[in-house]
Amino acid sequence: MTQTAADWPPGETSTVAVEGRDVARRFGAGDTAVDALRGVSLTVPPGQFTAVMGPSGSGKSTLMHILAGLDRPTSGTVWISGQEVTSLGDKQLTLLRREHVGFIFQFFNLLPMLKADENITLPLRLAGGRVDQAWTDELLEKVGLEDRRSHRPSELSGGQQQRVAIARALANKPTILFADEPTGNLDSKTGEEILTLLRDSVDTYNQTTLMVTHEPRAAAMADRILFLADGLIVRDIGNASASEVLAVMEELASV
Amino acid sequence: MIRVALRGLLGRKLRAVLTALAVILGVAMISGTFVLTDTIDRAFDSLFTDSYTGTDVVISGEQAFETDFARPPPFDEELFDEVLAVEGVDAAVRAIQDFAQLTDREGGPITTGGAPTLAFGLDTESPDHERFTPLVLVDGDWPVAARQVAIDPATAEDEGYAIGDSIDIRARGPVEEFEIVGLAKFGSVDSIGGATVAYFSIGEAQRVFEKDGQLDGIQVAAEPGTTAEALIERIEPLLPAQTQVLTATEQADSDASDVEEFTSFIQYFLLAFGGIALFVGAFVIFNTLSITVAQRTREFATLRTLGGSRRQLLWSVVLEAFIIGFLASVVGLFLGLVLAAGLNAVFVSFGIDLPSSGTVFATRTIVVSLIVGTAVTVVAGIVPAMRATRVAPIAAVREGATPPAGRFARFAPAFSILLVVGALVAVLVGMFSSGLGVGTALGLIGVGVVLLFFGIALVSARLVGPIASLIGIVSVRIGGASGRLARENATRNPSRTASTAAALMIGLTLVTFVAVIARGLTSSVEDAIDYQLVTDYALVSENGFTPFEPGIDEALANDPSLTVSPVRGENTRVQTTSVDGIAEVSAQLTGIDPATISSVYDFDWEEGSDAAVMALATDAAVVERDFAADNELAVGDPFQVQGPSGDVVGLTVAATYDAPEFWGMLGEVSVPIQTFDALIDSPRNVYTFVLVDGGVNEATKVELEATLAADFPGIEVDTQSDFKDRFEQNVSQFLNLLFVLLALSVIVSLFGMVNTLILSVFERTRELGMLRAVGMTRRQARRMIRHESVITALIGAAIGIPLGIGLAAIITARLSDQGFGFSIPWLQIVIFAIVAVLAGILAAVFPARRAARLNVLRALQYE
Repeated sequence: MTQTAADWPPGETSTVAVEGRDVARRFGAGDTAVDALRGVSLTVPPGQFTAVMGPSGSGKSTLMHILAGLDRPTSGTVWISGQEVTSLGDKQLTLLRREHVGFIFQFFNLLPMLKADENITLPLRLAGGRVDQAWTDELLEKVGLEDRRSHRPSELSGGQQQRVAIARALANKPTILFADEPTGNLDSKTGEEILTLLRDSVDTYNQTTLMVTHEPRAAAMADRILFLADGLIVRDIGNASASEVLAVMEELASV
Repeated sequence: MIRVALRGLLGRKLRAVLTALAVILGVAMISGTFVLTDTIDRAFDSLFTDSYTGTDVVISGEQAFETDFARPPPFDEELFDEVLAVEGVDAAVRAIQDFAQLTDREGGPITTGGAPTLAFGLDTESPDHERFTPLVLVDGDWPVAARQVAIDPATAEDEGYAIGDSIDIRARGPVEEFEIVGLAKFGSVDSIGGATVAYFSIGEAQRVFEKDGQLDGIQVAAEPGTTAEALIERIEPLLPAQTQVLTATEQADSDASDVEEFTSFIQYFLLAFGGIALFVGAFVIFNTLSITVAQRTREFATLRTLGGSRRQLLWSVVLEAFIIGFLASVVGLFLGLVLAAGLNAVFVSFGIDLPSSGTVFATRTIVVSLIVGTAVTVVAGIVPAMRATRVAPIAAVREGATPPAGRFARFAPAFSILLVVGALVAVLVGMFSSGLGVGTALGLIGVGVVLLFFGIALVSARLVGPIASLIGIVSVRIGGASGRLARENATRNPSRTASTAAALMIGLTLVTFVAVIARGLTSSVEDAIDYQLVTDYALVSENGFTPFEPGIDEALANDPSLTVSPVRGENTRVQTTSVDGIAEVSAQLTGIDPATISSVYDFDWEEGSDAAVMALATDAAVVERDFAADNELAVGDPFQVQGPSGDVVGLTVAATYDAPEFWGMLGEVSVPIQTFDALIDSPRNVYTFVLVDGGVNEATKVELEATLAADFPGIEVDTQSDFKDRFEQNVSQFLNLLFVLLALSVIVSLFGMVNTLILSVFERTRELGMLRAVGMTRRQARRMIRHESVITALIGAAIGIPLGIGLAAIITARLSDQGFGFSIPWLQIVIFAIVAVLAGILAAVFPARRAARLNVLRALQYE
């Protein structure tokens, strides 16, 4: 079921990559219950770079986890590429993630014993598909690590590790790529490079991307910025500069 | 700090329990061994003490020396009346003691698996019988008349015999039918270790054992006021040659000494296996604590920043080991009680029935088990504890820090190689150096092997990579991406994988070692049989070596189509006279039929011929070449042979021949049967060889068996290949017993593998979360852990099996001058490798499930 470069982006006629409707998530029960999400609805069209912002505890990570099929909503429905995910079992969810979802984590999460290129092709191998050498080469070139392909994570800098992680996330040509604080563990200059790379992959491959971040500079790279507070989307704006983002945040904080 | 250690332990209950299991099993084996052997000892003790209740002195036949099968010679019954007339004798009873084969309800022999088939003649007509007898009549009456017998209740129950039934019994001659009139047992002892016991009246015993007018013993009670010593003084002058009189206590002690030798052998034998299990357990403990310490680096560092001293850290880890060790030892101690019953069942299933009465739980068992179990755990915990002290406080704020290597770490490779070489040198010196005492040699070998295991475990960290990539080829083929990841995981921390594999390696080494040795043993026996035998059939007892009553020869003698060549056997002493004086050595004497022996036994003559043995005179002997050379005997030289009774016969060497070093089927000295029978009381056969006119075929075999079955149950008709199989069976039965006992150490190492895998799963929680997030299914996660486990197990096999073969090769080389051959049992080796794979799969079940069940989201956020 691996897609080839020809049908990139995913050939579905759907005009929606990911959709969530009335998504709510409650942790715990009784007096100590916490409502992380209280009915969030959104659609992410193909090729859009969306940033989700909000203070800690606003529910932005929970939203991403649920959209990615890693967590289940207490109520509400999520579709990825037209497929309803909220009713799927673990096995089907895993297969769905293989085909449609890519991940970038704050702590890179590379396998220390695998070389850079092996880390990149890992999802393809797990899916049992054929590894497209040309595609791997292209990704390595894209993230600027052609000459580091045989290095292990311990021999790479943090920025380089995150580049490998981006290439890994792109390897299966996912319907949507989720990035969880991708610059959270990097210095600002390296973080800048990573964000540029993400922006570039959206532009080059029309890669739908949803990024959770609390940094205005990161959000400024996106086509669209969602602001969450107390489990609700409180603002949904288009591309904005870092200072505009900051202004919105301050405005929301003062409410 | 104590509180920190305790809290730490409680916080890691699962790994503490798994670590403890390794100790528990080893300690249980030790405590179980003590309980079992103590119980056997007490059963025997009470057996022998009970035997002489009411008796002050015992008169019995006296042997010049003891042999495995010969009974002391009987003496004339006249002595009984003389003893009764001695002043101070209050009462006395007569006794006969011999062996008799009982049969089951179908007339087949009741097999005892090596335990004796005891038979007693009791003075049941005497009014004093009840006063002397140690026996308890459970049911029925004492046998008083001809054709009456009492048997032991255990045999009666096993074979479904009841009072009034008839039973076929073979004593000296063919089987005879008896009526069971009673069931009797020894005092408090329930079973005498699988032995069958038959009781006859004195008169009947004298008839069936061909001891008319003779006795084997007289038990005497003194009048009040007369001491045993005074009685002995008065009886001694009356005694004919080859009889002795002892106090009842002396007699009981002498009876018990043989048995104590036997039980102390069993005790050491089983303790060795307990020791092996604990040794393997030590690896498991070491490994678990090492991993735990590495994982707790941040915790230790935090303690350091809060002001904990190195010493306090050291003590907290050692204390943790102590608590685990002590609690595990307590559990193991009591599990030993259960295991003792299990061990007994194992022995029983291998045909070794041990006697039983009440279970004995001695203080020594408690003390030794607790101390050994705790000490082993603490010692194994010291190195990991030292490692904990090297954690720098700064590690508290670093991601993924591990304790730094010690000062001496850079010497580790050189040290481990030195250790292996040193250990090998110790083994080789112990094995081949001639100037050492047996104790020193065995000590060197033992220490050498233990050090070898340590050394190999250290060195093998370096072998993990190459071996894993080799095995990994298969893993990748079968397991795809999971198999590939498994291979990488196995080589990620080579020393951890190595010491996990080392635990299994030890068990596999020992299993392979005994399998190779056993194979060498059977192939040597087969070669020896091929070299010597030309007979059609060999008639032997069930185990192939216990001598049997020669009545069978007469029964077959009448059949003109048969050539019957009996071979008698007994341990004797050979005396040679030279200028240095008289030298005495023990030697096996065989009685042969000069007319027929060379048609069934292929003599490899050095000096002599088949014609010479056919003309063998009654004062002449055929002597084995090496024995002749060692004792400077040449053809024509005179020498003497002394039998167990003390009788001596003078012989001349008539011929010398060469027998296989490993096993000469005839004794060192062979004489005509008449000469043998004149020297030995109650002579018995080791084999009866038979040539049949029709040669070896199914028909002649069936016919021969039919002839024997009715009158001589328990005698087997073997072709040469049957005879080889019989030995192979004996060896493989013992081998299986060893396998069962070694399985314990394999189980212990299994816990070690489970432990390492679970700890690795903990350690890689976030990584597993990532893998699941990017598309690893639960099934793939399970497969990955399973493959890692199998690779680890196969690393153990890849090192252990060649090591076992190598050690066996060394032993074989040492024994090669005794004709011991070297042969590798490939099929078994393949089975061991398969067992290793299965062990790997089994060890992975629980950790794999844990890995698969991880909540992806929580795993991703795990620190």
